Amino acid sequence: MSRVAVLKGGRSLERQVSLRSGARVQDALERLGHEVVAIDAGTDLIRLLWDAAPEVAFVAMHGRDGEDGTVQELLEILGIPYTGSGVLACIRAMDKVLAKHLMLETGIPTPEFFAFNETAFRQLGAADALQAIEERLDFPIVVKPAGQGSALGIKFAAAAADVPGALVAAFSYDDKVLLERHVAGRDLAVSILDGEPLPVVEAVPQGEDFYDFESRYEIGRTSFVCPAELPAGAGERAHELALRTYRLLGCYGFARVDLMLDEGGELYVLEANPIPGLTETSLLPQAAEAAGTGFDELVGRILDLAFSRLATP
Amino acid sequence: MSITRDIERYAGLFAARTKVMTSSTMRDLMAITARPEVISLAGGLPDTSTFPPDTFAAVTQRIATESCAKALQYGPTDGLEGTKDCIAQVMGAEDMQVDPEDMVVTSGGQQVIDLVAKTLIDPGDVVIAEGPTYPGAVPTFSSYQADVVQIDMDADGMRVDLLEAQLERLEREGRRPKFIYTVPTFQNPAGVTMSAPRRRRLVEVAHERELLVLEDNPYGLLRYEGDRLPPIYALDGGVYVMYLGTFSKILSPGIRLGWAMDPPPVLERINLGKQAADLCTSTLSQLMVQAYFAQGRWRDYVESLTELYRDRRDTMLDALAEHFPPQAEWTRPGGGLFIWVTLPDFIDTTDLLARALRENVAFVPGEAAYLDGRGRSSMRLNFSGCADDELREGIRRIGEVITEQVALYGTLTGEESRRPAAAGGPSEVPGAQVLPMPSRAERERRATP
Repeated sequence: MSRVAVLKGGRSLERQVSLRSGARVQDALERLGHEVVAIDAGTDLIRLLWDAAPEVAFVAMHGRDGEDGTVQELLEILGIPYTGSGVLACIRAMDKVLAKHLMLETGIPTPEFFAFNETAFRQLGAADALQAIEERLDFPIVVKPAGQGSALGIKFAAAAADVPGALVAAFSYDDKVLLERHVAGRDLAVSILDGEPLPVVEAVPQGEDFYDFESRYEIGRTSFVCPAELPAGAGERAHELALRTYRLLGCYGFARVDLMLDEGGELYVLEANPIPGLTETSLLPQAAEAAGTGFDELVGRILDLAFSRLATP
Repeated sequence: MSITRDIERYAGLFAARTKVMTSSTMRDLMAITARPEVISLAGGLPDTSTFPPDTFAAVTQRIATESCAKALQYGPTDGLEGTKDCIAQVMGAEDMQVDPEDMVVTSGGQQVIDLVAKTLIDPGDVVIAEGPTYPGAVPTFSSYQADVVQIDMDADGMRVDLLEAQLERLEREGRRPKFIYTVPTFQNPAGVTMSAPRRRRLVEVAHERELLVLEDNPYGLLRYEGDRLPPIYALDGGVYVMYLGTFSKILSPGIRLGWAMDPPPVLERINLGKQAADLCTSTLSQLMVQAYFAQGRWRDYVESLTELYRDRRDTMLDALAEHFPPQAEWTRPGGGLFIWVTLPDFIDTTDLLARALRENVAFVPGEAAYLDGRGRSSMRLNFSGCADDELREGIRRIGEVITEQVALYGTLTGEESRRPAAAGGPSEVPGAQVLPMPSRAERERRATP
């Protein structure tokens, strides 16, 4: 049994989700017999870690700081083993632009995109290129902040007139944004645990004929099917692409890869989340459950992997 | 203890009314406004640091000496007689003569909204409210599954002509609103005040159509300028108008004391609801109010708050004129706690809040004041809860991020972005941007050349 620091909360916009993930992880760790110290990551994080002197840290933070390599770097400095991906994988995965460039380079299908930082618009006249981008991508276009883990700041531009407002909104969350071709189809998520893909989860928006972008992300307006009922071969292909993405980014322990299955049966990888949600409605725990791995066992395995990383340099 | 956090064990048991309707984005963002390093203009907090600790000590000492057993005991559901006398004084200060028989003392004004909704609303019933409305009423109305119809406002408060048109429309559909909820004086969040003619017309409409009105009046005594207007309750005489009052803004929100005045048949039901909710309002709090009022200086304290908040309002208005770009418009409240700012349509204030939080400043996004997704380009700013230097700094930071977004939008659309007021200096025409709240019609007129 170990002394485990559960890191949660923090300053990120996903603080609330992280507090719920963290609380649930704490409970599971206690049931598994570990000694748990919960830490809400703030300005006193390092001091609290010194005081707690944990044998291992369970990082249950989402978004900025917790999922982008910052906290991982601090834990490296302190020499405290931690769960999940390392610094480099977090940096690669959390920056959607970087992740997508890497995917393109290795032939992992991802929707066509263009990315800019604010400087490009303010100082290099990138606005003049918008029309060309719009022609290349076709409407509707999805506009996303590059470094946001959840759906925060993701906007849907149905026509050229919507693009500037969507960009302004996305820049509220990050200095870098991407414009992405919208793939109409089915929302899939493949969670990976210890290098093994778990059953595919499909997010199904509620509501009959009305297709609404926001409903995918509003709690209660989406239902989840796991394992997803997919056409022959699609599940295997989703597994393969998710696993390739996971390896490409250098993820470790666990992660979740989000994909789209379009009407022609083509799969596209949208992004990878190095620390996906661990709340009662999150996709990774659902997928693990479908594979016969209960939440406590899932948490236990993620923790064990933090130690075995030490053994394998 | 562990299993109690597992929501799925209970999820199937939750009533439909627990599904609150605010967006998850906004809930997540609002949750981080409470960080200590954040200058929050998001709250609606009175400045309780102005209350003299000596007075507090004297009040509690007097209760301990004179009425300890009573303070620790249950009380009548409708409240103690002595509390009702204090309430009569407060209402008298706004020229309302009241019968204590028509009164119920409640756990804050919020309980009145809850009890009125509980008493009158079946799922699907129509409630009329202002647009924007008090954000704290939104989850209450949602939890009773009301169909809330919001009526636009302008600088003179709720557009009663639009209300009448809406009532006509509803009547044709065979739907009769259960009540009209209004904050006519220094409205939360808009800061505007309903004009006297509209107040009179609203009362006429209520009588003509036999409709109940709930007048929520927390700020009536916090007037910084201009002449007092008659409360709607006074114009109606308590026939169709229900009244909500509170000690929260003139004494303390921590004591949780409010009250309602209702027509007797409604009051009877409200008292039953109150009994079911909490049996009675805190006796201790009621005795504190009584002991405090016995000192005879409550109006002096309200006067001191009025002076303090007037200065803070002026500070915020000055800071807005200095730091907000010309594309922003805001209301100029004659009292109360709030200023309502409307930005160009392309700025979504929920997203803007995410950006503002990176600069450690917060406000309430306008969508919190609507049940229908409107208000996305507006924000509510509170000026009572922060000292002058924090107000100025908070407005400076928000102004900076808005200016940034306006400029970015100008760049993106290829429009020459209009030069915002020179940063760091006062705007050339002080007060030029202090516009009345634009009505939708005015906006549309201006939008079309």
